[in-house]
Amino acid sequence: MESPAPRKRMRGSLKQTKMKSLKPVSRLIIALASLLMISAYFVPLWQILMWAPQYPEGLEMDIWINNITGDVKVISALNHYIGMKHIEVEMFPEFGYMIYIVGFLIGFGLLTALLNRRLMLWLFSILLVATAVAALVDFWLWGYDYGHNLDPTAAINIPGMSYQPPLIGTKQLLNFTAFSGPDIGGWLFMASGVAIIGTLAYEIYTSKKKA
Amino acid sequence: MKNKIISRVLTALVVIASAIVWQSCKPKAPATVSMGDAASKAFVPPGKYDEFYNVVSGGFNGQMSIYGLPSGRLFRIIPVFSQFPENGYGYSEETIPMLNTSHGFVPWDDLHHIALSTTSGQHDGRWAFANANNTPRVARVDMKTFKTVEILELPHSGGNHSSPFITENTEYVVAGTRFSVPVGDKTDVPISSFKENFKGYISFISVDPADGKMKIAFQLKTPGVSFDLARAGKGKSHGWFFFSTYNTEQAYTLLEVNASQKDKDFIMAVNWKKAEEYIKAGKGQTVKAKYAHNEWDESTHTGVSNIMDEVLQLDPAELKDIIYFIPCPKSPHGCDTDPTGEYIVGSGKLAALIPVFSFTKIQQAIANKDFEGEFAGIPVIKYEAALHGEVKKPGLGPLHTEFDEKGNAYTSFFVSSEIVKWNVQSLEVLDRVPTYYSIGHLSVPGGPTAKPHGKYVVAYNKITKDRYLPTGPELTQSAQLYDISGDKMQLVLDFPTTGEPHYAESIPAEMVMPNSQKIYKLEENKHPYAALGEGQAKVERKGKEVHVYMTAIRSHLTPDNIEGVKLGDDVYFHVTNLEQDWDVPHGFAIKGANNAELLVMPGETATLKWKPLTTGIFPFYCTDFCSALHQEMQGYIRVSPAGSNVPLKFSTGKIEDQSSGAGQ
Repeated sequence: MESPAPRKRMRGSLKQTKMKSLKPVSRLIIALASLLMISAYFVPLWQILMWAPQYPEGLEMDIWINNITGDVKVISALNHYIGMKHIEVEMFPEFGYMIYIVGFLIGFGLLTALLNRRLMLWLFSILLVATAVAALVDFWLWGYDYGHNLDPTAAINIPGMSYQPPLIGTKQLLNFTAFSGPDIGGWLFMASGVAIIGTLAYEIYTSKKKA
Repeated sequence: MKNKIISRVLTALVVIASAIVWQSCKPKAPATVSMGDAASKAFVPPGKYDEFYNVVSGGFNGQMSIYGLPSGRLFRIIPVFSQFPENGYGYSEETIPMLNTSHGFVPWDDLHHIALSTTSGQHDGRWAFANANNTPRVARVDMKTFKTVEILELPHSGGNHSSPFITENTEYVVAGTRFSVPVGDKTDVPISSFKENFKGYISFISVDPADGKMKIAFQLKTPGVSFDLARAGKGKSHGWFFFSTYNTEQAYTLLEVNASQKDKDFIMAVNWKKAEEYIKAGKGQTVKAKYAHNEWDESTHTGVSNIMDEVLQLDPAELKDIIYFIPCPKSPHGCDTDPTGEYIVGSGKLAALIPVFSFTKIQQAIANKDFEGEFAGIPVIKYEAALHGEVKKPGLGPLHTEFDEKGNAYTSFFVSSEIVKWNVQSLEVLDRVPTYYSIGHLSVPGGPTAKPHGKYVVAYNKITKDRYLPTGPELTQSAQLYDISGDKMQLVLDFPTTGEPHYAESIPAEMVMPNSQKIYKLEENKHPYAALGEGQAKVERKGKEVHVYMTAIRSHLTPDNIEGVKLGDDVYFHVTNLEQDWDVPHGFAIKGANNAELLVMPGETATLKWKPLTTGIFPFYCTDFCSALHQEMQGYIRVSPAGSNVPLKFSTGKIEDQSSGAGQ
């Protein structure tokens, strides 16, 4: 007859090494950060601002989770001179599935808090970073196409000139100074991401300290 | 011999000496330039805004103009009573109804006075009212769009000069006739039957507090005199209106002499609350009248003219206590109530003093029946019983009085060409400054309201002479800005004006600027011929009418090639400006048009009617420099003979094979 004690111990050690749980405060932060992401459905995520001598008041384009608002018509009307496409919501298939991606992230975050496994937090952190990188790459690719794929019959055709908007930051495009950067929703989303990755770092740090 | 020479030399010396003495005794002309820190007071740096909107009547140009104060810069001319080819007002199909009257289309008028709407006696920045002096009308301009949105004609009026003065809460705009005229069935009468047949009518136009819509609430039938100017009571005198009258002599010829015989004419005090009571009691009489009521619809971008057929009248000779006369020296012109509503200043244009009447005393006199008699059945209050006091020796020819926020009055003097500042309570003259030359109206920001903004007074002069570079016999009109913030008035700026300004008002920029509309929203455009996108642009034939549903956007017109129009057709270009961006109007002009151009604001639709008189190709283009490729914004229309079978077709950007091969 073997004693059940070692098995029990083994199970206990397994739990310690492979199925680490989270601190209550971490779970709370993860849950709150996930819930904060819901804001993405109600406020714009990204903004593009433009100024020109004729537009001292500036033109604004706000990118939402499933829409573009602001002076879109005016910007399109101006951009047609250099052969850029008319900006339409239909141009962006992203608007069709971004609501599900964000929804999935929120669900995953809440599940992480609920299941109380550090592995989940690892996965969630990786997922968040991957989503952010994918979003920026996608935006850059759209910007590249929008700025380079020009109508050859456009009224203004400057050889060698392209009009890719800046990914983040400020850029001079002919008479326009263009700025691109996060809007309120983007900042809130980033805050959520920082909170979650910070929680992971905190978990690793405290468990190492204990060890 | 020697003596003779000496005496001759002496004589010559005496002559020279006396000539020198005489020269030095000759009076110097008055100083006419402004010195010191004047320039900095009127200076608005480039890129900065003015402190006040100055809404100025255009006089004989029939328009209203908008200046900035203190810079005196002209921002806009708003067409009101006259056609305005530069934007198509009175020429486009939509705006033609705005100038309709019972006399048909009247393309010109003489706009004299401005009244900015008030609430509780203070500016509210909603509407500007203006009068047409010639063919009697009152117009309302919306201060959001700076556009004429309503014009109401006045029946039984011979010339709407005593107008468009308003009550404290803009309940009423008044319109008093300058010419008494015979009305009704009996109008073909001898001019010499003036006393018997001629009547003066005053209209009270109600203003809807929600949307500003005007309606003649009632007319007062008054004796045959001339009404000149007016002001409503305010504060304690709210419910009363005061009108200056002249020609109480009831002359009908050579009024210069015959209407100046009496020592005193009248100020007519009207208790309009009493008139309202009589109307409620059913004492009003509905009489036949023909007059036009023209309204602008901002959603269809179209004016609609309706001919009205009756008006409600009250006869104050029968219905007592509505009107009273107060004697006022020598043909009073201005009749101005101070900010408290207690004092009424009458300015006899031939008088050498200014009488100031007290509202409290007028009420006492009425209660005590302190009358000196009757004029055409209306009680005349004793002069002394109504008088607060007289401003002694103020100047010659007082015309108008405005007020500041400190209890001072500013009166313009045409004959002595000056502005005189005096204290309303003490009637003491405080200061005087010359004007160049012969001031008519003057204007203090908020001057006619219960709460003047003060700071400046603007003189609107009737004679300009040598103030500017001469431009032949016809000279610019001139305004002058004086700083009144200190004890002494200081001339700080001369600025030329357009038309011939009479009255003007000024309102702080912050009360108007935030509401100023930038565009018309395309989704709110309900014009029946609007093309709300290039896909909706088309050409339709309805018998002899060809309707072009055209769009304009930087930098092309759609369609820009039109064929199939025939001689004898009327072509209607309905141009919709598809822009939704601030300050991007598009214009439209076509060769040989017998009317004008169109200037179409973003989101608006306007129509130009064009009747081709010969066959051929006619160019059309955008007249407003809208963009870098504005010059490319052009097109052609082909006109074929009447019996031709050229099919109706239209396009933009469609390049067909060119049979001639030219240029290939």
